[in-house]
Amino acid sequence: MLRQALAQSWTSEFAVEARNLVKDFGEKRAVDGVSLTVPTGSIYGLLGPNGAGKTTTLRMLLGIIDPSSGERSVLGNIRPLEVASRVGYLPEERGLYPSMNAREAIAFLGALRGMPLAEGRRRGDQLLADAGLSDWAKKPIRTLSKGMAQTVQLLGTLVHDPRLIVLDEPFSGLDPINQGKLERLIRERAANGVTVIFSTHVIAHAERLCERIAIIAAGKVAFEGRVDEARSRLRQIVRLRTRACDGPWRSALPANARCEHGEWVFELPDSGPEPLLKALMDGDAGIETLAIERPGLHEAFVAIAGEAAAEAMGNPELGE
Amino acid sequence: MNRTRAAMVIARRDFTATVLSKTFFFFLLGPLFPLLLGGVFGGIGARVASQTAQPVVAVVMHEKEFEVLYKARQRLADATGEDAVVHLAYYAPEPDSDAQVKRLLKSSNPPIRAVLTGWFGDPKLVGDLRPDSATERQIKLLLRNSIMPEFPSPRLDVERTAPAAGSMAKDRAVTAQLGQMFLFFLTILLAGMLLSQMIEEKSNKIIEVIAAAVPIDSMFLGKLFAMLGACLLGLLVWGSIGFATVAFLSGGNLDKIPAPAVGWPAFLGFAVIYFSMNYLLLGALFLSIGAQASTAREVQILSMPVTFAQVLIFGLAAVAVGAPNSPGAMAAAIFPLSSPLVMLARAAEVPGFGPHFLALAWQALWVGIILAIGARLFRRRVLQSGRARPFWRRRSTA
Repeated sequence: MLRQALAQSWTSEFAVEARNLVKDFGEKRAVDGVSLTVPTGSIYGLLGPNGAGKTTTLRMLLGIIDPSSGERSVLGNIRPLEVASRVGYLPEERGLYPSMNAREAIAFLGALRGMPLAEGRRRGDQLLADAGLSDWAKKPIRTLSKGMAQTVQLLGTLVHDPRLIVLDEPFSGLDPINQGKLERLIRERAANGVTVIFSTHVIAHAERLCERIAIIAAGKVAFEGRVDEARSRLRQIVRLRTRACDGPWRSALPANARCEHGEWVFELPDSGPEPLLKALMDGDAGIETLAIERPGLHEAFVAIAGEAAAEAMGNPELGE
Repeated sequence: MNRTRAAMVIARRDFTATVLSKTFFFFLLGPLFPLLLGGVFGGIGARVASQTAQPVVAVVMHEKEFEVLYKARQRLADATGEDAVVHLAYYAPEPDSDAQVKRLLKSSNPPIRAVLTGWFGDPKLVGDLRPDSATERQIKLLLRNSIMPEFPSPRLDVERTAPAAGSMAKDRAVTAQLGQMFLFFLTILLAGMLLSQMIEEKSNKIIEVIAAAVPIDSMFLGKLFAMLGACLLGLLVWGSIGFATVAFLSGGNLDKIPAPAVGWPAFLGFAVIYFSMNYLLLGALFLSIGAQASTAREVQILSMPVTFAQVLIFGLAAVAVGAPNSPGAMAAAIFPLSSPLVMLARAAEVPGFGPHFLALAWQALWVGIILAIGARLFRRRVLQSGRARPFWRRRSTA
């Protein structure tokens, strides 16, 4: 009865939902009340510095570890392992059995998700061929390059055509060409209605791919919503270059305007661009260039997660 | 995917990886070394054999004739050593001689091999005796040395019967002891392997992929059954070689090997089943302990106490040999980790199947309990983010 009641409280509109997830490791609280909603068929980014709690959150969502408190639902089921056959997971720490060949490794990963081995081998051959790795299908993993092994594991994550794909730092260790391939692959899957969740250090990937994001800092969700909502939290930025260095028009610029390499940079005032433009023209500032930019996700992230988080994201040596 | 199927996926991978590896050949050679150790540890049960080093012959004769015969025995024992001569026990003749003989042959305290009846002029030896056995020859010698002048040299009439309970008790105790040692050595061979089973997954970082796809207890179960399968394959090889060796050494007289109480087919069946249970019980425990270790070094540290624990369990189980219904034997049969060893010894010494079914159900229950606890600990302590700490530094509050 309780289970039924719980199941009824989740909506099918979301592939993944989490409510107030908490995870304590001894005295340390790794995740502190994380709530997420991942719409079905969307690409969802989990952003945060090292140690923010991204991996622990993903592990709780997937049922690898149980939350200390809170609830989660994956593909409509409150027991994630019961829907494991419809989920694909690529962990941050990649790994395969070194003595297995590439084809068998893919088939084994498929078998773990309920796919018959023979079918897994057949699909493995096909996926390896599509990835240009046919010649390596029967070579042991230990003989493959790191990039190839990562590709094999990614193919093993997808071999059973999951409806939900969870990728933990999928771009780390990939060269730009393979990063581009992975981005395309994520878009293709999402276009077919598959939900993709990935965590990343690289804001640019999230900015290019994600419809929704969650920014996690110190175990808490600092922001959850659409990428444009995150960006709209910051004022637009004005970049102004003038012929005249000084003049009465200077009083029209905000007090915190700073000059960078001959260019004034400041947030667009609440009054909008018109009064500023008028003052510049009346004061003969001699406008060379004037650009009003929306802040990027990186700026939004810095503003939301804080400077410390931003610094930590720039330091890959710190462990998650 | 249900738990059994998930366990089978893991088991198939592990079994294939184990059996097809080059090192499996060395695994098959492995038992040669523990067999040497077996000679050392066999002393634990030596008391069983020492108590019945020489068979006891019950003498049902006139008391004066027994005294003469006993003196002849003592003279022989003085010359050859006490342990070299059969023991004699006096019993006054009863009116129903046949019934008395039958009753004595059933005696296990003392374990009577044969009964000497009649009188010096017409002695008769009844018992489970092989043709021209040492017991028969010694009795003939004692009779000759006991001759009184008024009697001619006697002719000993020998009647061969089915094995007597007394001699069977001794033989079955030996079978029980050998069976226990067999299980013990096979298990000691496997324990180390199970301790390190999870290291491969941890060092290859594939553990998280598996844990995200199948329940941890299915993974544990799969690993257990994979190693059990590999070991049963080894058992088939070792058993075939052992059978051929015994057949060769016994000159084809395999029927001379003392039969266990439940008979050879059932005993061999129990040996395989109890080996499997012993493996699953200790294996589940060692897998759970080993799963907490993060590195090969930690596994090495764990190996020694684990080996000593096994020896202790073997010592506990050895209590049951020769006294299968004693309180100590019952306690050892109830203690899950020694239960398979004790019950195999029981199969050698006591007929009947009922207690075995009960014991197997009990043992299976404990396999489940240990696996569940191990899986729970693994999920709580091992699958967490961050750098792995040695198991002894982990907080219990996790």
